[in-house]
Formats: sequence, structure tokens, C-alpha cells
Amino acid sequence: MTITKDTVKKISKLSRIASNEKFEENMIKDLNAILKFVDQLNEVKIENIEPLASTVEQELIKRDDEVKKMNEKKDILINSPEENDDFYVVPKVIE
Amino acid sequence: MTEIYQLTLYDLIEKIKSKEISCEEATKSYVDRAKKSQKLNCFIEETFDQALDKAKNQSGKIDTSKKLFGAPFAVKDLFCTKGIQTTASSKMLEGFKPEYESTVTSKLWDEGANLLGKLNCDEYAMGSSNETSYFGNVINPYRNDKDLVPGGSSGGSASAVAAHLTSATVGTDTGGSIRQPASFTGTVGLKPTYGRCSRWGIVAFASSLDQAGPMTKDVRDASLLMEVISGHDNKDSTSAQIKQEVFSQKLTKDIKGLKIGIPKEYKIDGMSKEIIDLWDKGIEIVKSSGCEIKEISLPHTKYALPAYYIIAPAEASSNLARYDGVRYGFRAEGKDLIEMYENTRSLGFGDEVKRRILIGTYVLSSGYYDAYYLKAQKVRRLIKNDFDQAFKSVDTILTPTTPSAAFAIGENVDDPISMYLNDVLTVPVNLAGLPAISIPAGYDQNNLPLGLQLIGKSFDEQTVLNNAYAIEQSINFKPNFKDWWM
Repeated sequence: MTITKDTVKKISKLSRIASNEKFEENMIKDLNAILKFVDQLNEVKIENIEPLASTVEQELIKRDDEVKKMNEKKDILINSPEENDDFYVVPKVIE
Repeated sequence: MTEIYQLTLYDLIEKIKSKEISCEEATKSYVDRAKKSQKLNCFIEETFDQALDKAKNQSGKIDTSKKLFGAPFAVKDLFCTKGIQTTASSKMLEGFKPEYESTVTSKLWDEGANLLGKLNCDEYAMGSSNETSYFGNVINPYRNDKDLVPGGSSGGSASAVAAHLTSATVGTDTGGSIRQPASFTGTVGLKPTYGRCSRWGIVAFASSLDQAGPMTKDVRDASLLMEVISGHDNKDSTSAQIKQEVFSQKLTKDIKGLKIGIPKEYKIDGMSKEIIDLWDKGIEIVKSSGCEIKEISLPHTKYALPAYYIIAPAEASSNLARYDGVRYGFRAEGKDLIEMYENTRSLGFGDEVKRRILIGTYVLSSGYYDAYYLKAQKVRRLIKNDFDQAFKSVDTILTPTTPSAAFAIGENVDDPISMYLNDVLTVPVNLAGLPAISIPAGYDQNNLPLGLQLIGKSFDEQTVLNNAYAIEQSINFKPNFKDWWM
């Protein structure tokens, strides 16, 4: 499969990364080189092989459902690029 | 005379506990040296004054029960440190001060280590040369006629340990990010079994592959640090529920009877004779230590790197979705919310990070998921099966760590694939979740260090460490760079 300008535009949009002419040109070149490299996997016989998403063999650990005091709002809001006392502030989303 | 900063972590702590050296002297020795080593660009954030204050406090109250008491200790800037800037070497996180501490670094401070600062790395740990950092290149203390990369992504960590700017450090390894830079800088780097150390509070790259691990001056230091940072953590559901071990106390170079596998597929095309000779030297050493050598086959080795470059970007594209300019870090202006997101992510991330987000988004997108992501996961299974099969007949596997020694800054930046090939010998281990160590084994003709890698069974770090210790004691590697940057 080949990555075209339209593909780069589409995946940039999906990734929420602003795109422009120069970016698209560079990415077409780089992403096609990477895809060509990973296409080696087509040589591997994978019939009846179960996919492996994680090497962890234990069952997910459950914990007691207790209320703990952590992640205080005022501490967390300190890092937001634009804040008031109680909320995150973003550009206006309704007219 | 041996300077304080030249001591191993283990020896330094012994001398602090026996009051031969004070905590203040120890910290001052490292701080003075780090201040004179700005050219190497290892530090993104320096906490020297706080470190000196803490050391002064520690000096009067020596606590011999603490395993790292008084050790001056800088960490990779991928670990969240409470109230101290944590950037993952990205513009996106410039100025970000976490309100919590990562589990691994909490364990260091609980055992009495003393934070010196945060160390440079590739942006979001994506890179093999530390050249993707927003905060500039790190320089390797080893050089020929030009400045060389320290490897990556834990490049600042590797250079800092090699150049004696920290007594030891912790890095992270997703596809080789501890072992490859350790190999390039003549230091020791251990990637533990997946699940051995908590990932909580580490900036996430590829969550099914990321592991924190020690980067040290020698194998004994790695064993000591390993026992400090490992252990189950309720905050990381993938951290293993197994008992804490005391690796340093069980460390032995008596490895008689161990069966060691030599995988023929790791002798890759174009591998230099120097590296093959070093590998042979390693084989001779373990033979003379009474080990049995077995040629083994890991038939899917060549497919590990292509599978990795689907799986890791896929996980990264998901993990990095959180950087939206709303809750922390960098924000760019935009006429509406979507444009703000897009501009923030376009200007906040560097090129390699954007490349990987786009590849990851592509392989997960509708119509391509089966052809790429699912296929890569199936290949991952086959790679793990290869190791499972091999470990039925051997205890460890011995290979070189990297296909070359450190290269010049700028040499590989224009070609992502040639950069990715750096990790061809380290990536299979991450896909299989196994522990592996890189130890310095000798020099190439340009006097640059080269490493050997030992791979072990799941949760058998002890055998890996013992095997590495035996080789280290026999090789007796000595750093040979001059302090040319001072």
C-alpha cells in the first residue's frame, strides 16, 4: 500500500496535527519508506497465530473500591495553559 | 587518587555509611563536575542547590538501613518528579510540573538517593541518538575527530553515567533505549522483564513495551539499583505480583554449568568483524567459566524490527492523544477548538514524534488495522514463541548489543530507517517482554566502546546479572576517554 497526499491529509486530520504542503511532502517520503520496510512482514506465515497484545500473563488485579484523596483540583489546574480557579479554558465552542 | 565521582554507586554508599565520605562531599563532587560538563548537554533541569541542601541535612543522620543513602542521582526526564519540571524532552511539556512522583523515582528517594536533576533524552523516548530532543543533542564523552551521539533514547542518562555526572541513573527501554546508549558509552544498562518495575508516573510511549531500568557504572551497581526500583505497584495493573528480590546479595560470578545460547540470526549482514570478534571473546569467557555453549535459532528475528515499527507507533499514537493543549503544557492559538488542537500538536511535537503518530494512526485506521496492526501482533507472538522454544534448552542468550559503535551527530538524521536499524538486536527482547542487559565488552579500532547483550528468561534477572558479572570481571573494561570537554 502507498501513502498519497490525501492519505497524509486524512491521517493528519485524524491525529489532530495541522498539515501543510511541505509537511505533506516530507511525510509522503518518510511514511512510504517506513511502510516499505514493514511490508517485510508479508513474508511471514501467520495463519492460525493468535495476536499478542501484551506479555503479561497474570489476570488484571482488582483493588478495593475505596475513596482516596488524590489529584486535587487546584494542584492539577496549575499546569493548564489557561485556567481560572475552577475550570479549564478552551476557545469558544458555541456561537 | 580516585576522585569521589569515580567511585561506583555501591562503593560510594559503603564509604558514606562508614563515614569515610560525607553526603555533602559526595553531592558536591558530582555537582562540581556536572557544572563543568555543560558541553555534554546531559541535564534539562538541574536541582543542584536542593541536592546540596538535602545532602547537608543527610550528613548528620546517616541511615545505614537505606540502600542508596546519600547517592547523588539524576534521572531521565521521562519520570515524573513532583514539583520539578518534567518534559520528556518535548516542547509540548516545557514547564510542566507534575503534582505527583513516579513510583520508580519514589523508591529511589525512599532509599535515600538525592535528586541532582533531570536528564536529556529523545523526545518522548522516540529515537536512537538523542537527536530528537527539543533541548538539543547530548554529546558522548567518547569521541574520535567529531562529536558523537550517546545513543538513545536514554542518551543524557548514558552520557551522564559515563562522564561521572551522576552516581547511577534510571532510564527507560521500549526498543533498546537503555541498552543501545549503554553500549555506545561503555556503561551497563539493564532492561528488566516487562512488569518487573512499575510504569506509573513515567511518560508513556508504548505501554506494552516500556520498562524502566538501571543504567550504571558496573554490574554490581545495576543489581543494587534493580532491587530498589522493582516490585509490584497497585497503580500499575501490568506490574507483576512477585516477591521482591535482593539481586545484589545473590550476585555471583560462579556461572559454572549455565547453558548459553548463541542465536545464529543475530549475525546480521554487514556486521563488522570487530563486533563478531568481541562476541567470540564473550563466548570464550563464558566457556572458560564452565558454561556450555549452544547454537540456537530465533527464526523470526528479522521481523522483529518491522513488527516493532507498527506496534510501538500504534500505541504511541494512542498514548500521545492526551497532549491537546488543554490540561497541561504547550498551547498554540487557533480560531476554534479543533484548530487549537491541530496547531498545538503541530508546533508542540517534533518531526520524529509526528512521524510516529501518523504511522500509528494509519496502521490503526479502518481498512488497515488487519493488514498492519493485527499482523504485527501475530508476528510478535511468533517472536515470543521463538524465545520460549530457545529457553527450553538454554539459560541465557549472548549477542552483541548494537550493529555498530556510536556514530557522528547528524549522520543518520535524514533517514528514519537507517536510524531504526540501530535497534535491530535489542527490539526482539521488548516484544517478548524479557530481561536483557548490555555490558561494555571492549573497544573498536577508533577506541569507541562496544557492548555485549545477555538475554534471560522472564523474571530471571538474577541469572542475567550473574552471567554479566562473570563476563565483566573477566574483561575488566576500563573507561579510556579524557575529560576533553572541561
